Order: sequence, then structure tokens, then C-alpha cells
Amino acid sequence: MGKIKMAKNPPKIDMTPMVDLFFLLLIFFILTATFRPQEAVAVDTPSSNSNTTTPESHVITLTVSKDNLVFFNIDNGTDSSEHLRAKVLQAMGSQYSIRFTPAEIKRFEALNSFSLPIAKMKDWLDAKDAKTRDAMHTGLPMDSTDNQLLMWIRFARQYYPDFEVALKGDRDADYKEVKKVIDILQDNNVNKFNLTTNLEADKVTLDNI
Amino acid sequence: MAEIIQNEGGGKQKGKRRIKRHSTHIDMTPMVDLACLLLTFFMLTTAFSKAKVMEIILPERTQEDDKNRPQVDDSKVLNLILVDNDKILWYNGLADPTKASLPPLVETDFSADGIRKILLQRNRDLFAKIDGLNNDIITGKIKLPRDSVDARIVNFKRGDKLGPVVLIKAHDNVKYKNVVDIIDEMSITNIASYALVDINHVENKMVSNYFAATSSGAGSNK
Repeated sequence: MGKIKMAKNPPKIDMTPMVDLFFLLLIFFILTATFRPQEAVAVDTPSSNSNTTTPESHVITLTVSKDNLVFFNIDNGTDSSEHLRAKVLQAMGSQYSIRFTPAEIKRFEALNSFSLPIAKMKDWLDAKDAKTRDAMHTGLPMDSTDNQLLMWIRFARQYYPDFEVALKGDRDADYKEVKKVIDILQDNNVNKFNLTTNLEADKVTLDNI
Repeated sequence: MAEIIQNEGGGKQKGKRRIKRHSTHIDMTPMVDLACLLLTFFMLTTAFSKAKVMEIILPERTQEDDKNRPQVDDSKVLNLILVDNDKILWYNGLADPTKASLPPLVETDFSADGIRKILLQRNRDLFAKIDGLNNDIITGKIKLPRDSVDARIVNFKRGDKLGPVVLIKAHDNVKYKNVVDIIDEMSITNIASYALVDINHVENKMVSNYFAATSSGAGSNK
């Protein structure tokens, strides 16, 4: 007599918890996402088997592009309240007796790496769009008569002595140029470098001998 | 599906207003789709956006007449001179211009059979130790936290007496890639001590002699 009773109600799955979870994750990822800022120059970094990651903040990034231009970039500190970029720019301005308006300083904080003499910095900041800005990267003076790269690094370290240095060279950049940058850094008593590379695992065993 | 089911509010009204009769089910599927899409996008971009770095610590600048300069045994020194076209010339010991014959340069390249083999052969003892430790960790023979493994490796490197002291020198026109490659090679083969050094004029001469000899077909370079 006992018949198996089938469930009458249609099998409806409540998806609300799943959707809730989706949104939660979405919000988490949106908030934690750090976008790679648009670089002034595309750099194809060499690969290594090192698995260390770049430090989060307080990094001086020195980029050596394919055509051997050296780009300088520092970040603004852990959060934007430190205004490290602004301080360094003002220090550079007073060193070379250039006055930057507050608007220009603000724009500098939002911008990225550059490779141009300090005399042209005002034009660069006042440039209308990114295209004209990119066309202005003619090289940062770094010879013995006018070593602006040295000054930039010096002022950056003055405001935050523990800046890490990331050296990001293109695989086809000349080592001579990179060596020049390394020498300038060593003049500033920076002896620890982070060479930015791509990860490429390479395994060796004793059989390789 | 994910939807908001709203009770019909106008049930007990007296038949005048019939606009709200039909149920207001909002179909949330497109929104959920979009949320999924964004979620996937953010998950993927955050996971891959971190650049990797290779750390290198250069020796501090010292004065020429510094008494505290580390003294190295000449026989342990392995000089690698990077030259263009991804080639490496290497020699042992010190190139002393006052001596009658300069050490011969040997050409090799960045392949696994090239420089890596040379480095591994010279560094066999240390490499075997570190490799053995890593294998024991992987197979579970020894259970150690990552930190103490690293500390042990550092100790191995410090106590190493047999491995070479590698001096890396770059000739003109060397690309940055080669320098990174060779430093990477040092970490792959677990070389304990290596340094990036400026090339000196004796070595410059040796390199140009070597190229003169090979291009004229003489073969060896003495």
C-alpha cells in the first residue's frame, strides 16, 4: 500500500546565497585590485626563475627602455596622504629654481614615470594629453656635469630613506646604460637592487652535470 | 532563479485601481551574469598583475687601498666575460699582465649545456647539498618551515669552501638581458659568491685578441 510519494513542488534551487557570495567576492576583488598604472614606455623585461614579488610601496622604479632612455618614477607612499611625489618635486624645483604651481604638483602626483630634464618638467605637466606627454621623453640628464637622476634619487631618499630600488630594464637595453644607472645608485649608497623580471621556472638537477 | 518576489500590495483595494495586478518579478539574471563576469575579470587581473623581482646586492664601494678588502684565492676565481651575440668567454684565475702568458679564454653560451654545465661542475659540492635538502623537503623526509630551509641554505653557502668565486664582467655592447640571465644562472646553480665587476683593460685586450684569433681562423688564443 505504501506508495512512494514524490515531491510535488518543482525542484527550484534558491540561488540567492550564491549571488550574495558573488557580490561579496566581487566587492572584495574590486577593492583589493591594484591596477597597473599606464607606463610611459613599454618594457619587455628579461626572465628569471626568481619568485620574489615587488614591494608594495616606497619603490623608486628606474626603467631603462629599449632605446636606452632612463625613466624615473617613485610612488606616492603607502597611501596618498604621504605626498612623497609632491615633496620630491618641490625639492627638485627649489634645487633648480623652478616654481611649480599647486595644480602642477597635483598633476605630477597623479602621473607616472618620466624621462626628461627638470627644465622641461613644467611643459610636461602642462601638456594637454598623454600623447604629447609621451613625445616629450627625451632622456633624463645623468652625466657628470648635470646629474639630475642623482638629484632625484637623493631627494627621494631624503624624504624616505628606506626606498627600495627596482631596476626595470628592457631585455634589449644596453648594459652600459644600466651600468650607468647602477653606478649612480651606488654613488647614493644604494647597494641593494630589485631587478624586475618575468618568472620563468627553470629546474636543474644533478643529472645536468 | 534569483529574483525579488514582491507581494501584491493592492489585494484588498476595492477594485478601482487595477494597474498593480500583475506581479512585479524582476528578472535578475542579467545582473547576476554581469556580476559573474566582473568577478572573473577581477580575480584574473589581480592574480597576475604582480611583477617578479630578482634581488641583487652589490658590494659596497671601497677605496683602492682598503685593507679590509676580502682576499680570494686566485685558483677559485672564475671570470665570465659577457660579450655580444649572447656569448660568454671564461677563464680561471687572475689575468696578470706581468706574467708571461695570460690565461686562455674559452667560449661558451647561455644554453643548459653551456655555462650552466661549467658552473655546476665547479659548484657540484654545494649544489648537491642544497639539492639534497630540497629533495628531502619535497619527499617529506625532513619537515621544516620555509624560513629554516632558507636559513640552512644560507648556512650551506656560507660554509662552502670548494665552490668558485664568480666574477661577472660585461664587455661593450652587451644587452641587459644577458646580465640578468647570468645572474639568474648563478641562482639556479646555487653559486655562493658572485659579483658584478667592471671589466679591466687586460681583459678587454684578451677579448679583442680572442676575436682577432678566431676571425683569422687561428683557432686557439694564447
